[in-house]
Amino acid sequence: MEPTGKLIRKHSLEKLYNNLADTRKIYAPVVKSDNQTEYRYNPAYEEITFEHIRSTLSVKNVVFPKVENLLFYTNSKTESTIRDIDTGEIPEVVLWGTHPCDNAAFESLRSIFCWDTNDLFFTERLEKTTVIGLSCHQSDDYCFCSSVGLSPDSSKGSDILLSRLQNGDYQADILTEKGNGIVSLYPELFEPDSSENPMITEVKQKFSHEKVTERLATAFEHPFWLENSLRCIGCGACAYLCPTCACFDIQDETRGKEGKRYRCWDSCGFGLFTLHTSGHNPRHVQSQRWRQRIMHKFSYMPERNESLGCVGCGRCSSGCPVDMNIAEQLETIQNI
Amino acid sequence: MTNLVSRAKELLENKTVDVVIGFETGPTGLARPAFITDPVKTDKLVFDDRCSHNLAVYLTKHEVKQMGKTAIVATLPIMRSIMMLISEKQVDPENIVVLGISTDGKLLDIADISVMKGYIEKSDLKNPEKFKTPLDELSKLSQKERFSYWQEVLSKCIKCYACRQACPMCYCIRCTVEVNQPQWIPVQANTHGNMEWHILRAMHLAGRCISCGECGRACPVGIPCHLLTMHLTDKVYDYFKVYAGTSEKMSSVLSTFEPDDKESFII
Repeated sequence: MEPTGKLIRKHSLEKLYNNLADTRKIYAPVVKSDNQTEYRYNPAYEEITFEHIRSTLSVKNVVFPKVENLLFYTNSKTESTIRDIDTGEIPEVVLWGTHPCDNAAFESLRSIFCWDTNDLFFTERLEKTTVIGLSCHQSDDYCFCSSVGLSPDSSKGSDILLSRLQNGDYQADILTEKGNGIVSLYPELFEPDSSENPMITEVKQKFSHEKVTERLATAFEHPFWLENSLRCIGCGACAYLCPTCACFDIQDETRGKEGKRYRCWDSCGFGLFTLHTSGHNPRHVQSQRWRQRIMHKFSYMPERNESLGCVGCGRCSSGCPVDMNIAEQLETIQNI
Repeated sequence: MTNLVSRAKELLENKTVDVVIGFETGPTGLARPAFITDPVKTDKLVFDDRCSHNLAVYLTKHEVKQMGKTAIVATLPIMRSIMMLISEKQVDPENIVVLGISTDGKLLDIADISVMKGYIEKSDLKNPEKFKTPLDELSKLSQKERFSYWQEVLSKCIKCYACRQACPMCYCIRCTVEVNQPQWIPVQANTHGNMEWHILRAMHLAGRCISCGECGRACPVGIPCHLLTMHLTDKVYDYFKVYAGTSEKMSSVLSTFEPDDKESFII
């Protein structure tokens, strides 16, 4: 559909939130006592923050939970009975105040989960998610959305995108039918567009992702990987904070005769990720795993999935215990 | 600082060492671990209050070991970690040069391990003062309250294992959580499995934790998991009157039996 611009007053926004929160699951950002921002289901409107630059964890768990049950089974002496999960029970969720980088990440994830076959759970969850995004009026040194083809007010992935105006009201861009669906529930809360320019932060471009992709095609054996990953300690913080990292493990957990199969987050940064049963590990040192992380996002995904595996949110860098700054590394890579 | 740079430069120039592990300033102004092999680049080295990483974690890293003889910038917790690693036969003292830094930021003259041992013995080895308040507050809670506190806090764990990876004493090539026949600890990050992981980690560090606090600092979701190991540090001292990382020949408190050990905890 053709996007339409509307205006939503500060007090109407509160009404919109409360109306939605009364009738469905709504996932909104809250600042905790330790100053970390986390998303919670249906917090009170007064608790919600509109000032966060990035939440500690991304919101990918809405479509790719850290643990997703795939099936249940019962074992008897001679056979196993499988019980499928009814994906119809997955609830509808409204995402509130997620920034353009996080919203663009859903498309990146979709390119992985629906590469050849549509992943049942992912597709159902994404279909049932409505995104009321929030443009960024603030940014910091870790932000680099403008280097990966996005911007602080990209509408990609949002159904409605809110942008703050000087007086505290919001411009509301209605971008999809799902967005329109929300407007049609409460049309009285939306007014015609005010034509005032919203407050949008500036995020300087640090590198060209096209150049990075081009350089990576022949950089597999470059000494860069070893030199620049010496300080990487090999944890999974970057992958688990990342809104587009999609690696998972599948496990069976049995208690007595009953059991379940689930998938849970995993990371290519872990040694166990590629360890073969034979004992051989094709990525036996951390430098190879670090290379894989960058290659996957900036070389393999553009080639195979026609998407980038990075939205420039900066979480991998701000959350890294040893300051493995990905933007800094990509800036170097384009010139090696 | 100038002393540190010139000493590092000298060690690289006269080829006493192949690499210096220290700190540099990153693009956002944070200090971070640095690996310097070229004497000209020693100017990058910094040392100030921002330098909190426990660099001893790199002494057991495969790629770093391949680099050859290593000089390492070491504050008291790092020196204690090195001592622990020597004691557990993970580091050969012949292969390292310790660039010791005193608590007031001065370069120490650590000629060999016995000098380092002497310095450690003279130092305050208790859990650092800044961790005392949260430790005391937790101790005041009833057992039930404490359990529910940890249950809530650990439910946030995403099992990224940053706590394990940041710890110099967690050097196992295959950690218990990675052993899957049988699977001791659930792979998924649920409250139950998270608690099992953190209790297991703390128990494996009892009597080995040198109270650097890096596990808690490394946690991306802000779990104060260092308080678990630090609490055990206090307990181990109460029972055995030892602090970890004080000698190159330490007995492991939980796997060494002495006939006169107290057995009051055995029911």
